[in-house]
Amino acid sequence: MSEMVASPKGHIEVKNFSLAYETIEGAVQAVTDTQIHVKPGEFVSIVGPSGCGKSTLLNAVAGFLKPTTGIVTVDGERVNGPSAERGMVFQQYSLFPWKTVRENVEFGLKMRGMPRSQRERAARTLLGLAGLEAFEKHYPEKLSGGMKQRVGIVRALATGPKVLLLDEPFGALDAQTRVIMQQILTNMWQRLKISVLFVTHDIDEAIFLSDRVYCMTARPGSIKAEIPIPLERPRQQSMMMSSEFLALRRGLMSLIREESLKAMGGEINDMGMQGLNIELHGHSLADVI
Amino acid sequence: MSSPALLRHAEDSMPATAIAEAGPAPAVTPPATRPSFGTLALRWYRLNQGRLRATAIGIISLLAFLLVWHLLTTYRVVFFVRFTNVPSPLAVYASFTKAIHDPKFLLHIALSCRRIFIGFSLAAIVGVPLGLIMGRFKLVHEIIFPVAEVLRPIPAIAWVPMAIMLWPTNEQSIVFITFLGSFFPILVNTLHGMSLVDPVLVRAAQCLGARERSIFREVYFPASLPHIFTGLTVGMGVAWVSLIAAEMISGQYGIGYFTWEAYSLVQYADIALGMIAIGVLGLGSSLLIRGAGQLVMPWRST
Repeated sequence: MSEMVASPKGHIEVKNFSLAYETIEGAVQAVTDTQIHVKPGEFVSIVGPSGCGKSTLLNAVAGFLKPTTGIVTVDGERVNGPSAERGMVFQQYSLFPWKTVRENVEFGLKMRGMPRSQRERAARTLLGLAGLEAFEKHYPEKLSGGMKQRVGIVRALATGPKVLLLDEPFGALDAQTRVIMQQILTNMWQRLKISVLFVTHDIDEAIFLSDRVYCMTARPGSIKAEIPIPLERPRQQSMMMSSEFLALRRGLMSLIREESLKAMGGEINDMGMQGLNIELHGHSLADVI
Repeated sequence: MSSPALLRHAEDSMPATAIAEAGPAPAVTPPATRPSFGTLALRWYRLNQGRLRATAIGIISLLAFLLVWHLLTTYRVVFFVRFTNVPSPLAVYASFTKAIHDPKFLLHIALSCRRIFIGFSLAAIVGVPLGLIMGRFKLVHEIIFPVAEVLRPIPAIAWVPMAIMLWPTNEQSIVFITFLGSFFPILVNTLHGMSLVDPVLVRAAQCLGARERSIFREVYFPASLPHIFTGLTVGMGVAWVSLIAAEMISGQYGIGYFTWEAYSLVQYADIALGMIAIGVLGLGSSLLIRGAGQLVMPWRST
């Protein structure tokens, strides 16, 4: 467990990044001309309209996809493929159904060759931190979505990675569970002091969790804006009502809205929406969309 | 019906799960007092009502089948189908009680079981690993798949003459037929299982530091197991079909041969006895496989 409490680490740098898919009609540009970085111990989110390539970017940092141009480095080392140094949490939880909760958490340690008794102890400790001790012998199928994703996070953290990558991890959860999960993630991040790169389409979530938020353009994706989140920590749920939070939200909202409309081919505009008789009930149009 | 203990239990269980959903795990609190035997029995009955009902109906349906069989044969009904020579259930039962004391009958059964065991085991030992390797390595798939696709539609029974030519003894050719019957379902289902492995699980393993070998052992293999067992179940069924056909054509022993011989010797009760024995053996072997599946895949049971 000593490796779990260490000085900040995990400096992610993505430079001159672009990624294209080969198709019969030629190359399709998914992400183009992108630079991002995550400082050691920083919590950074990427938001953007759906299909903008934010997951593609994250998968490239994980090492699942090779950039067409540019380079991805972590602590100066080039990313050449997936590795236990970059833990990943998936939207679909992706727990191994044939392994119990504890065996799932142990998996990374087992791959590293840690003896059974030692990794069992480590897994129990980690599960205890996530409040899952009582479920160590359960198979994932029996757990609720929130519990599954807690296991997913703990499993990714078990090997003591430098970086935690999350791909819309709470996208499949209900609103209440989501809020709790955000708090759990924040607690773990603060305790472990590792860098986090978090992909989401939920603007509130991005602002609430992050030190910095990158907003991407519609496909082909590139960075449209970089927004520092100066909200103080520890963050409370009540902050989401503060004027500071709401101002950030409004700003990000209009950025993404612009891009979402672009992604829909500019066919829809405000006039069009009103023409469809959408009742706004006092909300702004941006809130409704 | 609604005893106080039952009511209390229902109320208790709800908040417990609600807490489990939301926050840190609570220790499961055991009920304060042990419920009486009566409440337990009642609760068990309520929980298993559906299954009890199914069992009861199943038994009644089997009895009805026997009764219809009995009536059709006793009155020697001829209505398109001729029941004139069909043995009655009682006659079959009589020949059954005689047969279980007859070492020859038991030998027929033992030999059929041995052929199934050897043929099926070989098919599993070759088919499962081959399917796994074909699923993982494209080149192996590209080489073997076309041959398999051409041979697969040939029923195992069509192999009988060829098998007799290929193998020096009758015994070997019958085992070979049994092997062929079960081999293709096992291979095809294993391949199918491999093709359905969730790539996200492979990714998850990779970014936890798993290399090729570990991914094969820890992800591809367990993920394919449900389909492998489907293949084994189907393969076992086809193995029996192939075995009985092979025994009827070229056998000297075996339950298939016994059944055919009974016809030749005009021992009609033995025909039905042979058929029922085949049914029971087939049912038993598929139950064995299902049991093995539950042992190997504890995460799938209920």
